[in-house]
Formats: sequence, C-alpha cells, structure tokens
Amino acid sequence: MEAWAVKLNTRITGALQSISFSRRMLFVGGGQIAVGGVLIGRLGFLSIAENEHYQLLSESNRVQLIVVPPRRGWIIDRTGKPIAINRSDFRVDVIPEQMTDRAATMATLTELLALTPDEIDRIDREMKTSKGYQPVQIAESIPYERYAAVTVRLPELPGVQPQRGFSRFYPDGAAVGHLVGYVGTASAKEYEKDKNPLLITPGFKIGKEGIEKILETSLRGTPGGQRVELTARGKLVRELTPKPDRSGQTVQLTIDKGLQVYAARRMGDQSGALVAVDVVTGDILAFVSMPSYDPNSFSDGIGRTEWGMLSKDDHIPLLNKVTLGLYPSGSTIKPAMALAFLKQGIDPKRRVHCAGGYQIGNRYFRCDAAHGSMDMHSAVERSCNTYFWATGLITDPAKTTEMVHYLGYGQKFDLPISSQRYGTMPNPEWLKKKYDREWQGYDSANTSIGQGYVLVNPMQLAVMPARLASGKLLQPRLLMGERRQPPPNLDADPAHLEIVRNAMAAVVNGHGTGVGSKLPLDGIQMAGKTGTAQVFRLGLRGHQSNWALRDHALFVAFAPTDKPRYAMGCIIEHGGFGASAAAPIVRDCMTYLFDQQKAMDMLGPLEQQWGGTLAERTARRAAAIEAAAKATLGRSQA
Amino acid sequence: MILSAIIPQPLAKLPWRLIFLVMAIASFGLIILYSAAGGSIRPWALSQGMRFMFFLVIAISMSWIRESTIKQAAFPIYGAVLLMLVLVEMIGFVGKGAQRWIDFGFIRLQPSEFMKPAIVLVLARFYDLLPPSDIRRWRAIWPAGLLLGVPAGLILIQPDMGTCIMVVLGGLTVMFLAGLPLRIFVGGGLAVAAALPIAFSMMHEYQRKRVFIFLDPESDPLGAGYHISQSKIAIGSGGIWGKGYLNGSQSHLDYLPEGHTDFVFATMAEEWGLVGGLLIILSFAMVIRWGMMVSYRAKTRFAQLTAAGLSATIFYYVAINLMMVMGLAPVVGIPLPLVSFGGSAVMTVMLCLGILMALERQQRTSSRLEG
Repeated sequence: MEAWAVKLNTRITGALQSISFSRRMLFVGGGQIAVGGVLIGRLGFLSIAENEHYQLLSESNRVQLIVVPPRRGWIIDRTGKPIAINRSDFRVDVIPEQMTDRAATMATLTELLALTPDEIDRIDREMKTSKGYQPVQIAESIPYERYAAVTVRLPELPGVQPQRGFSRFYPDGAAVGHLVGYVGTASAKEYEKDKNPLLITPGFKIGKEGIEKILETSLRGTPGGQRVELTARGKLVRELTPKPDRSGQTVQLTIDKGLQVYAARRMGDQSGALVAVDVVTGDILAFVSMPSYDPNSFSDGIGRTEWGMLSKDDHIPLLNKVTLGLYPSGSTIKPAMALAFLKQGIDPKRRVHCAGGYQIGNRYFRCDAAHGSMDMHSAVERSCNTYFWATGLITDPAKTTEMVHYLGYGQKFDLPISSQRYGTMPNPEWLKKKYDREWQGYDSANTSIGQGYVLVNPMQLAVMPARLASGKLLQPRLLMGERRQPPPNLDADPAHLEIVRNAMAAVVNGHGTGVGSKLPLDGIQMAGKTGTAQVFRLGLRGHQSNWALRDHALFVAFAPTDKPRYAMGCIIEHGGFGASAAAPIVRDCMTYLFDQQKAMDMLGPLEQQWGGTLAERTARRAAAIEAAAKATLGRSQA
Repeated sequence: MILSAIIPQPLAKLPWRLIFLVMAIASFGLIILYSAAGGSIRPWALSQGMRFMFFLVIAISMSWIRESTIKQAAFPIYGAVLLMLVLVEMIGFVGKGAQRWIDFGFIRLQPSEFMKPAIVLVLARFYDLLPPSDIRRWRAIWPAGLLLGVPAGLILIQPDMGTCIMVVLGGLTVMFLAGLPLRIFVGGGLAVAAALPIAFSMMHEYQRKRVFIFLDPESDPLGAGYHISQSKIAIGSGGIWGKGYLNGSQSHLDYLPEGHTDFVFATMAEEWGLVGGLLIILSFAMVIRWGMMVSYRAKTRFAQLTAAGLSATIFYYVAINLMMVMGLAPVVGIPLPLVSFGGSAVMTVMLCLGILMALERQQRTSSRLEG
C-alpha cells in the first residue's frame, strides 16, 4: 500500500498545503469563469447569430396553415349544361394528435358511421403515418343522419371533426365516364412528386383520368388557408387572418351533352365507341365509349369489389375505346380510297367486273358477293371489294395510302386526352422499315378494304367523314375556349369530293349496304359507309366466347348529304355487320341532332327491351356490386 | 453608519448582499413561473415562493450554527443520508421499480438530494482529519473514494444520472482542492474516457437515447430530440431583448417541454432574451463568487474545503442545467436552482448557502476577535 504512495523526501506541511490549496482554488475559479464564458458565448450565439433561424422555427411551431381546399372548376357542355359539378356533402375527419382514447373513439365512430373493416384498415394505416395537425379522413359523402349522430356526440369524441365539404358529381354518370375521367385522392407517389400539402388534405381530389386529369391545373383552383395558432397538442388558440380560396376555372367542352348522353344510352349494353364531330368547326359533339364506369363511384372512392368486376368485364368498361381502342377500319376506308384513286386519275366511270372474288398472285380474295360490273359509285355504294382490289393494283400504293392518312386514318390529333393510340395507316416505306419487306399486291388489296395492317381509332372514324364532307382539313377539338385558324381546304378536287359524297349518300339512300339506316326525317338525308372488320388473333384479348369471335361493326357518316353539318364514326365491337349494329346507332344519334323528340321515341322501346335506361341499369349494377361485396365480406368474416 | 445603528445587531450581521442576491434570483424565478403557468400564480409561482421563503428562513437560521458543530455533524449526517439511500434502494427493490423517495407520510424525502452537501461535508471533514503529510499517500485516497463511490453508486442505480454526476463532481472538487496528487485526476480522467464505452453499454435505454440525441438533436426533432430542439428554439427565438413578458409562444403553447422545471431557463430566455439570460448567469456568478470568497478567506482547512465544495455544488447545478438547455450537454435532469419549480433544488441550494453563511459569520467574528 505504502509502496504506491509517491516517494517524497520533503514532508508536506500545513503551509505547503495552504499554498497548494490557493493554487488549486485559482484553477477551480478559473475553470468556473471559463465555463461561465462558454455559457454566455453560447447564449449569445443562440440569441444573436442564430436568432433569425430560431425565430422562423418558433413561428412555424406556433402557426399552422390549415389548407382549405378550393372548389373544383365545373365542366360544362357547349351550351353551358353541367357535365361535372360539385355537390355539398358531409364528411368526418379526425386529428390523431388530438384524440385521447383512439380505440374508444374509433369504436364509437365505427358504430355511428357503419364503417367497414376495409375502411377501418385504411384509417389505421393513415393514422400511423399522419404527422402534426394533419387530419385523417374517416368517412365522406355520409348521409345527414349519420353526420348529425357524430355531431351530437362530439364532446365525448376529442379530435373528431365533422365537416361540410364538396364532392365531385357527374349528373350523367356513366354516359360521360370516359370523356371526363374521374377524380380521386392523390396517391403517395403524386404527393412525393410535388410535395403540395393540399394533396394530402382530406377530401381533396385530383383528376385521375380524362379531362379531369389533363385540365387539372385549370380545374384545381387555388387553396385557401386558415392560419391558426396551435398549441403543441394541436389545440386551437386563435385564428389568424385567413387566406380565401379561389375556385378552379370552369372548363367548357365542345360536347353536346344531350347527344353525348343519348349516344351512350343508345349503345345499350354493347361494347363500342361513337364520336360525333361538327363538320363546320371540328368541335367534338359526342365522345362516347361504352360500357363505361360511373365516375361518381370513383369520386367516392371505388370499392375493391367494384374495381374487380369492372376489370374482369369482357366489354372492358375501364378502357377508353375512343382514343385507346384500335380496330381494323374495314370498308369504312373505301370513300377515302376512292378519293385517292380519283386523285391519281382513275376514271370514276371505269368498270370492274366482280365475279365474287379476285386473284392476286397465287391467292384468291373472296368478295362478299358476285356484284357484277361495278364503277366507283356502285362499288362504294355496295361495298364491292373486287373493285378496290383491282383498282388498288393499278395505282401507286404510296400515293393511295398517303391520301387515306391525310384524311385522318392513323393520324394523331392534338386533344386534351391523356393518351391516344392512333393506330396505323400502312404504306410501302413503313412496311420496309417495320417488317423489312417490299409492298406486295396483296398488301394493296388488304389495305384497300381496311384490313391487314390498317388500325384506326374511333376518333379517326369521325374525322375522316368530316373532312370528306366539309372538303376542309378539319381538326377535332374538345375545348370550347380555344381560338384557332379556319381549317384549310383539302388538297383534293371538289369534283372528286362530290363523287365520293354522292357514293356515300347512295350507301344509305340508294341501293347500298346501309339503306336500313335512312334518317326518319323529311328532307334530311345521311351519307355513310359501313364497315365490317374481321377480328384477327382472337387469343390476344383473352376472351373466347362466341361473342368475341364475331366481327366488329363500323359505320362512318355525315348529314345532311347536301349541306353537311355533322359527321360521326361508330364502332361496335363484335357487332357483326356494320350495317346491322353500328349504322342504326349512328342513324338515331344523327336523328337526335335534328329532331330530339323523334330520337327519344325510338330509344324508349329499345331501352325497355334492354331492361331500363342507362342510369337504371347502372344503379342496378351498383346494387349487384354491393351485394357481391357483402357476400365476399360475409365469407371472409365467417 | 446610520443604518447599522437602527438595525438590530443580529440582523445587521447577516450577509445582506448575498441574501438580496438570492432573493432577486428567486423573485425573477417566480416571475418566470408566473408566465410559464400562462400568467397565473397557480400552480407554480405561489407554492414555489412559499417554499423559497421557508428554506430562506432555514438557511438564515443555519448561519448561527458554529463551525465546530458542523464539523462534528459531518459524519453522522453523511451516515444518515447514506442509510436513507440504502433504504430507498430496498424499498425500490421490494416495489419493483425505480425509487428515489422515502415517503414519511407528511413529507417525501429524496435522500440523494441531501447527499450533495453531505458528500462535501464528509470529505472536507475527512481531509481535515488527515495529517498534511499523508495527503500524497494511499490512505488519503481510498477512504475518500469509498465515501464518494458508495453513495454515487447507490444513486446511479436508482437511476438518477443527474444527481450522481453532481455528487461525484462535488466530491471530486473537494478532493482536488484537498491537494491529492494531480496525476490521480489526470489518470482518472483518462480512465473515465476509456471506460465511457463500457458505461454506455450499461446505461438504460432512455439514457443512451439522450446521449445520442445530445450528439445529434436534429436527428429526431419530433421524438427524443424534442426537448433540446424546442429549448434551443425558445432561447434562439428570444433574441437580445426577448419576445416580451408573457409573450413566449414556445412555452405558452406547450412546445417547450418542462418549461417550468428543467427548462425554465429557456422559458425565461424566450421572453427576456439575451439580457435576461445574462442577468441570471451573472447573478449566479456573484453568488458563487461570494461562496468561493468565503472559502478563500477561511481560516480552517475544514471551512476552506467545505465552502469551496458547496460553492462548486451550486456552480455545477447552474452550469450543467444551462449547458443542457442550450444543447451543450445531454439532458440529465438537473434543474436550475432557485428558478426551476420544485422543492429539492431549492432545499439543497439553501442548505449549502446556510452552511456557507455560517462559515462566513465565523470568519467575521473570529477576525473581529483577532483584530
């Protein structure tokens, strides 16, 4: 023990100890002063150098901005009738931080609002990720009775906020589904992209599809803000000056709502698309893809069952067939072909004998009938393939296909639509590039009757007759506000156009393939062209029922024949002959434009036969979906 | 002097400068507590004021105790406090949980609080008894180490890191001033540095978290770093002149946690700014300087060591608390004496000041006798 001690010869005395004490006192005192200096320095640093930074933090602590979502702009039709509006509704949110007993509050809310396990699951997930004063939606679009039930029990439900809000409402439901798209809550990905706090405000919806998505910036408006002073626990201390919100702009479409709804109803349960275009302006009057979903049910938040049923339907209600559906044009290409032949100097009086088919190389192409001797007029009127095969062989395929493309087939249009598939109008150069082979006689043959590589979308089916009818290079437009140049004349001889138009008029009013679809109107005639597209490669779409094996029915038309005003293109998937499925629909829609009452009268009996109007059938389907959802739920709970 | 003529002798002999200083600090504390409660003397300012008055009276009465009495009482007091610590530990063991209190029914005592002055007294007494020639020997170290280590260990396992640090620092200061070889402190410091990782591995989860947060408070500003972040925001946003009395948004809107206890300095700095902060720091500096002067002027070794140790204890209180609220030290739960709400700190500091006043009185009387 002693060995450890320092060996010191000098004995440490009291005096020495006193000196040592003084020295060490000085050291301790110095240390204290140094620490005091550091403290004062730190205090000065925090309150002078960092003052601005911390003032900002303190302010952002104190003041919270509660986003007041703006009302979404309306979407109206060309005459101002509403297509998409906002409906006042009731909603219930919670602020998780303010909840004292989550389990009890949630139990009460579940009972009061009849929340489903699906919803409770979602709420739980959102509550876990919610930060600060960020509210979480419990339920929206709830009936007044339930809203009132929550309101009266509010004192025992801290953190619960019953509110009045607005939800998107589409008065015409499924009839405008693919046109306007729908709105929905922003996804996590969308929020990550622009970090806008508005996107995670409960009840705020953004456009997810169609016009709602494309024109989001105009429709959204500017959010208001309620600046509030909050305690750390989220208790409101006082409200500071609010910033008013600005509603989104109203968007006016060129759509004629009456026609849009009529066409949608007229299509019944068939799968197809119809586009109507104003021949003078290029305005799109109808933009119908059926069957459609009800955008209202998306705006309320679509259930899993409904989504499942929609996506499994072989009529693909979730596909916008107007811009995304591609079909062989079939014989609807023939008027454009005729114009191309005329331009290359083919005499319209030149006759071709149809013996029921035509030999090209070592292949025999079969016509629908033995039409006998055909000139251009009768070949279009009666849709004789032989004439077009034979004439296609003596003309330049490059020039021919270019003219058809010029008239609209395979063209992309500048429209406020999220995605367009614009198909293919093949030509020799394209063929060389794509398949590395020369254009053959059978390519001309296939193309001249709208088969082979030819793929068009329904929008093009309407633009082509519109251009033929007007003689102008019309561009379709969907937005009313846009100013634009008057369309230039088509690069075609007016006399040639006249020949083609007359032939199309004969299709419906002469001895043609569409005589069954004459307009039931005095003094107004419709010109058109039927088309029947073979359905190739059936396996591609994955359904193999008999319905799926049938040909697509197409019809393009304009009216009146003497002074064209409207043009339409229609495709009914697997409708069989164009004359039987598509033409009557176009006829009735055309009729609607000239005589609404007559058109409605014709629709009545049909709808009776189909089991109710579109709205009634949609409602019935919704009920079926709900029942199915309950059944699944019951099973999973059992 | 006229004043001394009218004021009765016993009163005139009190160290009035110190008493005024302490009363000024405490009054400022009450003003802050009034604001921290949202402009109300309840629940904190009133009871704190009464507590302060009570302990002030005790401290002043203590100033008549003679040094020899204190000297003789040093070991018994230490023994009693140590016994209470063991008792607390046993109650805690039986009750299966952290236990810092002994509940006597009418009063709850936190014995670790008494250990702060007690350790100073007992070590001062120990080195007073030790012959000067032995100061560099082993026997100068191990008993002191034991006297310090046992209570420190007991407090650490309570667990009460803050108090443990205070007790150890107070004890070490006395040992340092007693004249133990410097290399013990240098070597000890190195040993502590080497042992830190081991100590860290033995810490409770919440203590470890505090260390992490101290090293990087911004890593989790809403979670465990919340205290330090919000405290710095309060102090920093106060600026030079503060936001004005009763206008501190951090404390009034509850963003600042413990705004009336450990983080009372932040509450004050937000409303009074740098100026208020300097006022408090300098006031405490004067109190501590007064205590150090008592030690410096002391005639006996016991008085020297006791006065210095007690002054150092007050210093550690203030320094550690301020470093904590300004983000220079981990959150260890040490209040700002005389200002923070709570009885323990007031009691400890007033006991320290009482003993200091007693020692100071004896200096004056003895010097008068000599002079």
